[in-house]
Parts: sequence; C-alpha cells; structure tokens
Amino acid sequence: MEEEKKLTPRERLKIPPQPMPEQDPKERIGNVDEVPYGYDEELARTEAMRCLQCKNAPCIAACPVEIDIPAFIKFIVDGKYREAINKIKETNILPAVCGRVCPQEEQCQRTCIVGKSRKSIDEAVQIGKLERFAADWEMKQGEAEVPDVKPPTGKRVAIVGSGPAGLTVAADVRREGHEVTMFEALHKPGGVLIYGIPEFRLPKRIVMREVENLERMGVKLERNKVIGKLYTIDELLEDEGYDAVFVGTGAGLPLFMRIPGENLNGVYSANEYLTRANLMQAYSFPETDTPIALVKNVAVFGGGNVAMDSARTALRLGAENVYLVYRRSRIEMPARIEEVHHAEEEGVQLCLLQNPTRIIGDKNGWVNAVECIKMELGEPDASGRRRPVPIKDSEFTIDVDACIVAIGNASNPLVPDTTPDLETNRWGNIIADDETMKTNKRGVFAGGDIVLGAATVILAMGQGRTAAAAINEYLKTDEW
Amino acid sequence: MIGMSKILEKEFITPEVFRMKIDAPDIARKRKAGQFIILRTCDEGERIPLTIADADADEGWLELVVQVVGKTTKFFSRLEVGDSICDLVGPLGRPTHIERYGNVVVIGGGIGIAPSHPIAGAMKAAGNKVISILGGRTKDLVIMEDKMKAASDQIVITTDDGSYGMKGLVTDALQKLIDNGVNVDLVVAIGPPIMMKFVSLLTKKYEIPTLVSLNTIMVDGTGMCGACRVTVGGETKFVCVDGPEFDGHKVDFDEMMMRQRMYVEQEKESMERHCPHNH
Ligand SMILES: Cc1cc2nc3c(=O)[nH]c(=O)nc-3n(C[C@H](O)[C@H](O)[C@H](O)COP(=O)(O)OP(=O)(O)OC[C@H]3O[C@@H](n4cnc5c(N)ncnc54)[C@H](O)[C@@H]3O)c2cc1C
Ligand SMILES: Cc1cc2nc3c(=O)[nH]c(=O)nc-3n(C[C@H](O)[C@H](O)[C@H](O)COP(=O)(O)OP(=O)(O)OC[C@H]3O[C@@H](n4cnc5c(N)ncnc54)[C@H](O)[C@@H]3O)c2cc1C
Ligand code: SF4
Ligand code: SF4
Ligand code: FES
Repeated sequence: MEEEKKLTPRERLKIPPQPMPEQDPKERIGNVDEVPYGYDEELARTEAMRCLQCKNAPCIAACPVEIDIPAFIKFIVDGKYREAINKIKETNILPAVCGRVCPQEEQCQRTCIVGKSRKSIDEAVQIGKLERFAADWEMKQGEAEVPDVKPPTGKRVAIVGSGPAGLTVAADVRREGHEVTMFEALHKPGGVLIYGIPEFRLPKRIVMREVENLERMGVKLERNKVIGKLYTIDELLEDEGYDAVFVGTGAGLPLFMRIPGENLNGVYSANEYLTRANLMQAYSFPETDTPIALVKNVAVFGGGNVAMDSARTALRLGAENVYLVYRRSRIEMPARIEEVHHAEEEGVQLCLLQNPTRIIGDKNGWVNAVECIKMELGEPDASGRRRPVPIKDSEFTIDVDACIVAIGNASNPLVPDTTPDLETNRWGNIIADDETMKTNKRGVFAGGDIVLGAATVILAMGQGRTAAAAINEYLKTDEW
Repeated sequence: MIGMSKILEKEFITPEVFRMKIDAPDIARKRKAGQFIILRTCDEGERIPLTIADADADEGWLELVVQVVGKTTKFFSRLEVGDSICDLVGPLGRPTHIERYGNVVVIGGGIGIAPSHPIAGAMKAAGNKVISILGGRTKDLVIMEDKMKAASDQIVITTDDGSYGMKGLVTDALQKLIDNGVNVDLVVAIGPPIMMKFVSLLTKKYEIPTLVSLNTIMVDGTGMCGACRVTVGGETKFVCVDGPEFDGHKVDFDEMMMRQRMYVEQEKESMERHCPHNH
C-alpha cells in the first residue's frame, strides 16, 4: 500500500474507528447467528492504519498474554495476513475466541495512545476486532497448519478440564513432545466457551476447530470423564502413570441469592439456563430433546456478562419482556459496555438500583412474579464501588414467568473435595503460585477460574501459558 | 467416541421396564452402591441419569434397569444389542454409606427396586440383617424378585391390588414389621417420591434413621447447574453431588415433586412427536 507509507501520525489520528457491520437488532433476536459480521479486508486495513506503531507500545503490556500488537497490526496494513496471524499465535492460541470475547476496553485498548489522544477509550485502535479479522482470515484459508511437535519424551501429562486454561496448557505442553490427555466432564470440550457463552457471541464451530487442531497435534481428549469421580488426582499420578497434572476445572458452582421462592419452577441459575440453551441446544426443541422454559416475561438478576448473555438468550427463546434487575447503577455494571449496548438494542429492559427480595409462585409452583426493592448508593465498599442500600418500604412486584439468577459462580469443589491435601482458600479456589501455577502438591498445577475465581478467558489462558512453561521445566528437571 | 459404550445384553422385564448391560470397564471398576451414571443416547438427545443397578469390575459391564416414561427412555428401549450409546459418564453421586447398623430394611417401590438392589447386597455383605420390602401397583410391576431375594435375608412383597404378596403399600408392610417387634436400625427407601415421603413420615414417628434416594431432574451431574436442587433441612442441596441419598426426615418432598413436574408439557410434546401413536 503505497499511500499508506505516506500517512503522518497526525493523519492517522484523524481516521475514525471503523465500526464492524452487525446484524439488525430486530432480526437477530429471531436467530442465534453471530451479531457482528467481522471486518472485510478494506475495513481491517483502514482500521490497522490508525495504529501509530508506538516505540514502547503500552498496549502490549496491557494484554495478559502480551501479544506483539503493533507488529501484527503492521502485517495487516501490509496485507500480510498469514504473518499477522502467526505473530498473534506466538502467544495466543485462541485468537478467534479472544478477538470476540476479551474485555478489550479494559485491557489492550485501555492504554492505546490513539484512544488517549482522541480522549476516549472507545476511539482506541480496535485491537480485538483486528485480532478477530486475522483469525477469521486464517479460518477461511482452510485447515490450520499443525504446529511442530517435538519427538516423544516418554512423559505424560493429564489436564483436567477443557476450558481455555486447559486448552492452552495442552497446546504448549504437547509441543514439547510430552503425551497429553485432556479429561472433560461434559460430552463436549471447551468449558464455558461451549456451554456458557452463547452462539450469537461466539460460534461453537470456532471452539470445535481449535479443539480439532489440538487433536491433530496428538492431544488425546477424553470426554465424559469426571476427575474426582472416575479417577482422583492421586490415582492419575500413582495408578494411571501421569507425571504431572494440570487442574483447570473452572468456576462452575452457581451461586443463588437465598431468597424465598428460589426453588420454584421457572427459576434457573444462569449456568443451567445457558447450558440448556447452548450445550443441549434447547433453542431447537423439540427437534432436540432438552426442554427449557419458553415464556413471555423473564427477569434476570445480575449485571455481568453472564446476566447479559442470559437476557439476550431469553429474547432469542421468544420472551417479549426481559427485565435485567441490577442492584447498582449502570456505571458499576461489570458487563462489557458492548454487551450492555447490544442487550439494550435488542430490547432488554434494564432495571437499575433494584434488588429481588422474594420470588412468588402460582398454585402449581411456577413463578409468576418477583418482588423487588429499590436501592440507593451509599458509601464505597471494599471493592471501591458505592454500596447499594435498600430504600425502606419501596418494594414492588414485576410479573414474570421465569427468573434467571446470574449473580456469579464459586469454584467447583469436585477436585478439591477428593484431593484433601490440595490447598484451597476460603472461597474454595485452589492456591497456586503466580509465577509457576504450582500448587502445594508435587506434580499438580492449577490455573484459570479454579484459581482466579470467575475471571476472563484471556486471564485463564495466561495462567495456562505460565503453567505449561513450568510443567515443561518440571518434566525436564524433575525439580519441584 | 462412537462404539465406546456398547450394549451387551437387553431384556424386557415387564412391557415398560427393560434391563440393559453396557460395556463400560472404567466405570464398572470404580462404582459403588448408590451411584449413578448420566447418558445420552444420541447427538440431539437429553442427558438422563440412571442408577447403576449392578456391575462387574472383572467383566467390565454395568447394568441399568430402566422404565419407559418419555422420549429418551423410549428411544433407549429401542436400541439393540450391538448398538452403542453416544455418551456415558459416571460414576456420579456419593456412594451409599455402608456400615454395620444391625437390622436394615430396604424398601424398593416399582422401578426403585433396581437401585435398591446393590444397596441391599452391600448392606448384607457388611454384616447387616437385610429385610427387603418390594412394592408395586400390581404383580407384573414387582421386578427383580430373585435378585433381591439373593441380596437379602428376608423379603416381603406388597401390591396395591393384592395380585401378589401382601395387599397394600410398602408402608403397611413396614408398619407390620415394627408392630411385630422387629428392631429396625435403618430404613433405606427408593421409589416414587410420594412413597419415600410416606415411608419417611412413618419412620419419623418411630425415630428410625431413614435414607432416601432422590431422582430430581438433572443436566450435568457435576454440581455446575443447580437443576437438581432440593431443600434438605432448610438448606438447598444439589442431588447430583451432595446426594442422591439424603436423610428422609429432612427432605422437602413436596417441593421436590413439584420440581419434577417442571417440564411435563414439553415432555408430552417431545414424546408425541417421537411416537405419535405409541405411548
Ligand atoms: C456466560 C458467561 C459469559 C462469559 N463471558 C465472557 C466474556 O465475554 N469474556 C471473557 O473474557 N470471559 C467471559 N466469561 C468468563 C470466562 O468464560 C471464564 O473466565 C473462562 O472460561 C475460564 O476458563 P477455565 O479454563 O478456567 O474454565 P472453564 O471454561 O470453566 O472450563 C472448565 C472445564 O472443566 C470441566 N470440569 C470441571 N470439573 C471437572 C472435573 N472434575 N473433571 C473433568 N472436567 C471438569 C468443565 O466441564 C469445563 O469444561 C464468561 C463466563 C460465563 C459463564
Ligand atoms: C439419580 C437418579 C437415578 C435414576 N435412576 C433411574 C433408574 O435406575 N431407572 C429409571 O428408569 N429411571 C431412573 N431415574 C429417572 C430417569 O432419569 C427419568 O425417568 C428419565 O430422565 C426420563 O426421561 P424421558 O425423556 O424418558 O422422559 P420425560 O418425558 O422427559 O420425563 C418424564 C419424567 O422424568 C423426569 N425427568 C425428565 N428429564 C429428566 C432428567 N434430565 N433428569 C432426571 N429426571 C428427568 C421428570 O420427572 C419427568 O416428568 C433416575 C433419576 C435420577 C435423578
Ligand atoms: S488477547 Fe485480548 S487483551 Fe490481548 S490483544 Fe487480544 S483482545 Fe487484546
Ligand atoms: S498503543 Fe495503540 S497506537 Fe500504539 S502501538 Fe498499541 S495499538 Fe498501536
Ligand atoms: S445436575 Fe447440574 S448441578 Fe446437579
């Protein structure tokens, strides 16, 4: 691109961020197809030209896996998409996933100089969208190249859980020539990427493709195997002959609110609701066999990504009114701005500064209303956010036929409960060393949500990379 | 994946209940009395939990005894020896706590007789005197009599209509044992929730410790979704990981029965679509 070379930084700064074309909100709530279509080449290269190629690019350190962002963007400018994706893959094995679901505005894009100059994070270089472009480009070229795998070392590694943490460890450990077996409790691998995050935000074929790539590298995948039940960690190490174990079992334990009526029919944890819809494809019922409540009025409790995903899924399952009840105000919402925006566009009704106090059922035990109380913001709490306090006697009810509780997840206790000498903290998270992801138990490493509590895909992957490096080192030196 | 869990034997015990032996060496080796599996018969299929009714670690098989109640169990009943099921995961749930209590009464109602069989066997092997009460609506629904006989010291059979054994309910038989001065140290009751509820009400009166095995609706079976939740002693418990057995005196059976009916309409639709003429 000749004209590109001539651009001055000032000219680059003048280019506005390129929006990604999206499905129309009215149409998209009638299907489960992905909402943003992705950049075409022209949009991608225009967006890429916005990058100033900063010398000590602050964006790199703000990415948990430290992708060389200016380098891959430069390749896009030059139309060298193969080089762009290879650059990204040096540190991130799931770019098609991260480009879609990373909270970029809080990570790489937050520090971008272009955003700073234009005085708005929204106007930063759209790094995530460019990452997605490069990954999607590669997918269009057909099968990905299988990374080189070193000759067999005779060492064996068991990975428990096939979410982003487990997938990352599998790739990095397998590359060194170790034999890798990944144990997954469910019938499909991918963790939250498969059972939690909906199709319209992350098409499942993307995740399956990454898993297939791992299998082509020789990673063995054992579905339907619950560790702690079929084998304990000790049995993997002692009887099954594994030299190291990585625990990446995630934060799959749904929290409930402990309010009256929570066990009524029609009340779901977000995990159950999303699992029925995504993993079990209840949106195709009765072509598929798993049912889900198909009702007109739904309340979702919570303000994070999980709540947004539940609310938007409810719309796609035919709900006419979806109320998202959140106890603080909009600025405290932990969900990504983009997701809140998408949700509102699709018709999700935000009920801010409200908190459910009681769920009310009909004579058949099915939900028919939820009682909420109005809240106001008081003094800041430990998290620095202003604490919501109920306003006395302000209760009111909303008519609903289903409720989805999306207030968070604690960590799944199956592995810790059956490995009594594995140290956990008071929230049940496994304690692991930041630098190596080693637990207190020799040969056992852990990472992702089981260590961090409910966090993000990229942080889980970051811990996976750290763990893999330490596992490879441990297998080489046998030093703990 | 396909071909992993092959059907080795199949037999209809009654027109609505069949027994299947499935090749599953790793689960057969690990399972203990009281545990269950979850399976999916096909790719569009639902995940359904079924108790492991028997298993052989050396030969590597599991036995399931299944009552046809809806789409999935119907579809399953049509598979034949040599076919494979697409997913099988287990063993799930906590095993029954087996110890020497003294006199143990094991009550199985209808299809609940199947899961009570390994428990009776394990209790007997632990040195308990096991009296089993098998109940069914009518003679044909009293299954596995021979196997239960072999696993118990004594068996009592009840039918609602009096077509076999004693006429009446399992609770009548239990009451009779108590009235006859049998010292009951533990009752294990598995069957329809309504049966478990009334057994628990009766044993509560006599302060006899009682275990029940709950069959709530499940999805993952690993504690991830909460679909299987029930109230036990005022606390919410997940049947798949905290159970399936609980202290019958503490279970909120009414809530559990209500939750089991959550999808009746859709289940009917699914069945209707699958076999419009035949159910
Ligand atoms: C609805 C939803 C939306 C989200 N949206 C975003 C988003 O937009 N962006 C973002 O960055 N993050 C998002 N997150 C968070 C993100 O998905 C998680 O932080 C991430 O998936 C954690 O990865 P992990 O590998 O630690 O665990 P998980 O993805 O939870 O995977 C763990 C896997 O281990 C398996 N497992 C558990 N126990 C056992 C066992 N005993 N034996 C065998 N297998 C076992 C589980 O079945 C699961 O497959 C979202 C989470 C949810 C629930
Ligand atoms: C721990 C446990 C052990 C069980 N063991 C046995 C057994 O050994 N033999 C046996 O015949 N049955 C057993 N059941 C019950 C069995 O799971 C249900 O009969 C089966 O799921 C019905 O599926 P369906 O599609 O044929 O019927 P549907 O028409 O879908 O449902 C009929 C009824 O079965 C129950 N049910 C439906 N879906 C589920 C589900 N996903 N999980 C649990 N229950 C459901 C509901 O109460 C429903 O009303 C067990 C259940 C549990 C929880
Ligand atoms: S992985 Fe996430 S944080 Fe890193 S560059 Fe990509 S979008 Fe940004
Ligand atoms: S901070 Fe922004 S402009 Fe600078 S290199 Fe990174 S993406 Fe490009
Ligand atoms: S079945 Fe999902 S938590 Fe028990």
